[in-house]
Amino acid sequence: MNPVQFASRVPLSDYAKVIGDGEIEELRTLAKPLAERGVEMVNSTAVGGGVAEMLNRLVPLGEELGLKIRWEVMTGGEDFFDVTKSFHNALHGEPYHSDPRHFEIYRAYNEQNLKRIPLDAEFIVIHDPQPAGFIEARKDGQNHWIWRCHIDLSHPNRSVWDFLEGYVSKYDGAIFSSPEFARQLRIPQYLFHPAIDPLSDKNRELEPEFIMEVLARYSIDPLRPILTQISRFDRLKDPVGVVRAYRIVRRYFDCQLVLAGGSASDDPEGAEVLKEVKGVAEGDPDIKVIELPPWAPLEVNALQRASTIVIQKSLREGFGLTVSEALWKKKPVVASAVGGIPTQVIHKHTGLLAHSVEGTAYQIRFLLSHPEIATRLGEQGYEHVKENFLITQNLKRYLTLFLVLDRNTKN
Amino acid sequence: MEVADTPFEFFTVAHLTCISNLSAGTLGGLLKGLEECSDASIFHHTFQTLSSHHYLTEGFSNDFAQWVLADANRDALAEHLAALDIRDYTSIAALRADLCRSVRDFVEQHPEAAHQEALERFYFCEGLEVTLPFGMSARTLDEFHAGVKRLSHAAFCFHFISSRLRLQLRTNDFSHWLANSLGLKTLADNINHIDIYTNTLDSARAKLLRLVERARRKHEPSPIREPRSPV
Repeated sequence: MNPVQFASRVPLSDYAKVIGDGEIEELRTLAKPLAERGVEMVNSTAVGGGVAEMLNRLVPLGEELGLKIRWEVMTGGEDFFDVTKSFHNALHGEPYHSDPRHFEIYRAYNEQNLKRIPLDAEFIVIHDPQPAGFIEARKDGQNHWIWRCHIDLSHPNRSVWDFLEGYVSKYDGAIFSSPEFARQLRIPQYLFHPAIDPLSDKNRELEPEFIMEVLARYSIDPLRPILTQISRFDRLKDPVGVVRAYRIVRRYFDCQLVLAGGSASDDPEGAEVLKEVKGVAEGDPDIKVIELPPWAPLEVNALQRASTIVIQKSLREGFGLTVSEALWKKKPVVASAVGGIPTQVIHKHTGLLAHSVEGTAYQIRFLLSHPEIATRLGEQGYEHVKENFLITQNLKRYLTLFLVLDRNTKN
Repeated sequence: MEVADTPFEFFTVAHLTCISNLSAGTLGGLLKGLEECSDASIFHHTFQTLSSHHYLTEGFSNDFAQWVLADANRDALAEHLAALDIRDYTSIAALRADLCRSVRDFVEQHPEAAHQEALERFYFCEGLEVTLPFGMSARTLDEFHAGVKRLSHAAFCFHFISSRLRLQLRTNDFSHWLANSLGLKTLADNINHIDIYTNTLDSARAKLLRLVERARRKHEPSPIREPRSPV
C-alpha cells in the first residue's frame, strides 16, 4: 500500500476569499455527518493529466473537512498502458482492432493491483477505465463503489465498451462530465462537471508587471486588441480556422492573434499542424504562434489575462476547460458549440457560440464593436464558473453524493 | 424586540444532478420528454437551474426556454416558456402541465417545427436534494438578519424559492415565518414581492436585508447580533 503524499496543501480558508464564507460553511456542514468515514480515490497516475491535478487538490481538502480520505495509484507495465491507451482512443470512437490479448493484459494488471491496494473504505471512487476492473474485489454490501468516467463515451468502439460495461454495470453509480458523454446504463448516472482550481498558477491573480513581461517576451502589443486561442497544435482545435477568422476580423479591426500551445516536439502530428499554422501565418507580424514549454501555467495565465477576447474554435472537444479558465478571468469568449463548451458558454449570457469560421469572425467583430457587452459577458462568465466549475463545487458534489449513497443505504 | 416562540431554522442544501436516459432532438421530442420525465427532472430544469444561474437577470429563466431559443431556434416559444414564473406554482404537476401546454400549442400551430432537428440535443437530468440543519436559528429580527446574510446561494434559494413546493403556498419560508411567528405581515408581503427574475440572487438578498433593516428600525432599534448557534 502506497497512498499518494502531497507536496503542498492549500487550506480551505484560502478559498473563502474566492467563493465566500457562506459556501465554506456549507461545505463544513455537509462534511459533518461524513467525519472520520473512509473514502478512497483510485486512478492510474500520480502526476500529469487533469485527473491527478484535480485529486492533488481535492484529497487534501477532503482531509481538512474531516474525511478519512486517501488516494491510491494503480501500477502497470508498458504493455498495460499501451493497452489502456488504445482502449482510451477506442472509447473516443477511433478505429480499434480487437485483440483478445489486450483484454487478458488488462485483467492481469487489475488482478495484480488488487493484491496490493486495500479497497476497504466506505466510499470507493474509481477514476477512468484503467482500474475499472477493481470492482471484481467488491464484497457484497460492505461499501459503495462509484466509477468516475472522465472521457467522452458518446461514440465508443463496441468491443471495448462491451468489455468495460461488464465491469461498469457492477458499480453503484457512474459519474460523467456531461450528459452527452454518458451511456444508457442501468445504474444511476451523476453529472459532475470538470473543475478548475482558482488558486492554481494557471488561474490565480497575477501582478500586472508579470503580464507585461510575458507580452514583451513574445512581442505582443498591449495597446491593441489581442485575440487568443490557447490549445495544443491539433487539427481538432482548428488553429488554421482561427487564423482564417482573424483575417476576416482584420478587415475591420487593427488587432493581433495569439495561438499558444504546448510544444509539439514529441508529437509528429502536432509538429505537422504547427508547421501548417506557421505557414498560413507567415508574413503577418501580428500573428504570434507560440510554442510553450510543457508546463507553463503562469504564461498561459498571463496570456489569457492580457487577451481582449479568448477563442476556442474546436471542431471536436472533450469538456474544454480552457474555456472556464478564460471565463474565470472575466474574458469574453467566442467558442464553437461542440462537446462541453455550450455548458460553459451559454450563448449571449456567458459568451458567444459560433458554428463556422465566418460565424466566429462575426462574433469577434460584434464584441470588438460592443465592449460593454463583452464586459458583461465576461463578468457573467466569471459568475458561471464560480457557481459551477470550481474545485470547491466538485468537492461539494462528492460530499453530496456520499450523503445520498448513505441515505439510500439507510432507507 | 419581538421574540418568536417558534424559531426560524436555517438549512443548508446541496443538489446532486442525475443524468436520465431521456433526451430530445426536436420540439416533438421535448414535448414527449416533458410528459414522461420525473418530477425531479422538472424541478431540476426550472427551480434548480434558476438557483445555479442566479447571477443572470436578462432572459434566462429555465433550461427548456434556453434550449428552445439557442438550439431549436424558436424565439416565440422560448419567450413563452421563459415567461412561466415558477413562483406561481406550488406543485410540479401544475408547472409540468403548463410547460406541456405551451409546447403542445406551439407544435399544433407550427406542425413543421415538431420534427425539425435542433442544433444540440436536450438531455433531461434530475435533481436530488440533500438538506441538513445549518446549525443556526433565529427568534428575533436581528438574528434572522444575521442568519440570512450567512446563507450560501443554494440555501437562500431553498428558503426563498423552492420552499413554495414544500409549503404548497404562494409564499416562501422567510415570509411564512415573519408573518406567522413574528406577526410582521407587511414585511412578509414585501419580501414575497421581490422579483427573482429581474434581480440576481445577491441583489434579491440585499433587498430582503434592507427591508428587514427598515422593519427593525421601525420596531426596535438595537445592534444586530449573531444568530444563535447550538453548542
